[in-house]
Amino acid sequence: MSGSEKLTSLSSELDLDRPNLEDYLPSGSSIQEPHGKLRLRDLLDISPALTEAAGAIVDDSFTRCFKSNPPEPWNWNVYLFPLWCCGVVVRYLILFPGRVIVLTVGWIIFLSSFIPVHFLLKGHDNLRKKLERFLVELICSFFVASWTGVVKYHGPRPSMRPKQVFVANHTSMIDFIILEQMTAFAVIMQKHPGWVGLLQKTILESVGCIWFNRAEAKDREIVARKLREHVQGTDNNPLLIFPEGTCVNNHYTVMFKKGAFELGCTVCPIAIKYNKIFVDAFWNSRKQSFTMHLLQLMTSWAVVCDVWYLEPQNLKPGETPIEFAERVRDIISVRAGLKKVPWDGYLKYSRPSPKHREQKQQSFAESMLRRLEEK
Amino acid sequence: MGNTSSMLTQYDIEEVQEHCSHTFSQQEIVSLYQRFCQLDRSGGGFISSEEFMSVPEFAVNPLSQRLLRMLDGLNFKEFVAFLSAFSPRATLQQKIEFIFRVYDSDGNGRVAMNDMLEVLRDLTGQYISEQQREQVLTQVLEEAGYTKDSSLVLSDFMKILGNSDLKMEVEVPVD
Repeated sequence: MSGSEKLTSLSSELDLDRPNLEDYLPSGSSIQEPHGKLRLRDLLDISPALTEAAGAIVDDSFTRCFKSNPPEPWNWNVYLFPLWCCGVVVRYLILFPGRVIVLTVGWIIFLSSFIPVHFLLKGHDNLRKKLERFLVELICSFFVASWTGVVKYHGPRPSMRPKQVFVANHTSMIDFIILEQMTAFAVIMQKHPGWVGLLQKTILESVGCIWFNRAEAKDREIVARKLREHVQGTDNNPLLIFPEGTCVNNHYTVMFKKGAFELGCTVCPIAIKYNKIFVDAFWNSRKQSFTMHLLQLMTSWAVVCDVWYLEPQNLKPGETPIEFAERVRDIISVRAGLKKVPWDGYLKYSRPSPKHREQKQQSFAESMLRRLEEK
Repeated sequence: MGNTSSMLTQYDIEEVQEHCSHTFSQQEIVSLYQRFCQLDRSGGGFISSEEFMSVPEFAVNPLSQRLLRMLDGLNFKEFVAFLSAFSPRATLQQKIEFIFRVYDSDGNGRVAMNDMLEVLRDLTGQYISEQQREQVLTQVLEEAGYTKDSSLVLSDFMKILGNSDLKMEVEVPVD
């Protein structure tokens, strides 16, 4: 029968490049396999597909990842409101100027040391690198101080060994600053415009950074090559990668991109969890610029978070890079108390691949044809 | 109910509840409004197709294009009415009527073999040939006592789907 032939040839093309979505989606209909002879009412009954669509309209796991839940307003009565006003005064008129001063002092110290070191020590690369690393760690400490960052680090400090990469869950660009103040990582980042871009071009170059451009199609291969070159080099700073590829609201993790997991290196997971009581550190890049985000942090009480350096993982024999990525995502999610969703973070910017829809079509078609055979 | 306000008054909630024949509770309507505002990023008072398609779970659904035609340009009141068929309080008749409306894309009250073929095409894609689809459809239509030229009306749908255990419910998350 031409129909079933067509089915088998196409199923081999559907390279299931990702974990089965059906395991995560709440569609009860996929569990009950319809049986019995195919009748008109079975063909007309499209309720499972409709229920899934309506379910997605009413609530979907992807949008939930990027929702910043504002805290319950607690200042709504007569005696709490003045207290809150005092808090605002303290935060904006006392803490904020203090923090700006701290940051300015930090920048002055940093620039006055970094610029001479960078230009005068051109010949002595080793010493220059050491000093630049120290200075970058220093300016990051100043940044963290400017938000009154209270960071608790758990686990052994990362060691500088070749053939290892670090991966962490991503909530905001401050993740990088918080990790950088402990260890001068090299990082892979999206090129940003404005003053952030300027910083990226000048200072971050010194710790060794890799740039990517989400918009470019061929970018993935170029980036994969750069990653491989970096981890082979013995002299390079340890590489920090955020495999989610985008900022998530620190309650969920989206799928990890496999790029970091197919380099043939040890992967050291890092889990970061922010305490929302003090401030919501999620950077919703669609709603705020990074500058506004930093200002929001500087006018809050504190940024409190936990950082866990977890046990290094290696690719198990017989494990694909995607399974490896999922396993590490599981380790990080469990440690930081995050829920996993099966979506690619880049779906923020693009439509899902037709493969998912085709998967559903294929299973429906197979079920239909199977029931035709039945008596 | 202005486009710019994100607060519903009690009047608004009751009006919406009337319009959807009380299939949703007031709390559910408030939740649905939060969801509506969340999806309506441009703040135009209706959710555009682009905005619907930015929900990956919706975009991967084979019937998304058909549903988009029904959802296009709906304001909040109509949006809730659209979803009313999925409430646990909706009657079987309301659910079957919704399914009929999905099939009857031109709204003339008749569903012909062509309409049924279109939906089947959406659901099975390239995994079944067009001829096979026609064959199967003709076969089951004839077995049910229709021909391939018959047009089904709502009462036919009620008869065909009436005694099946149709499960078409969605839970509105209420904080």
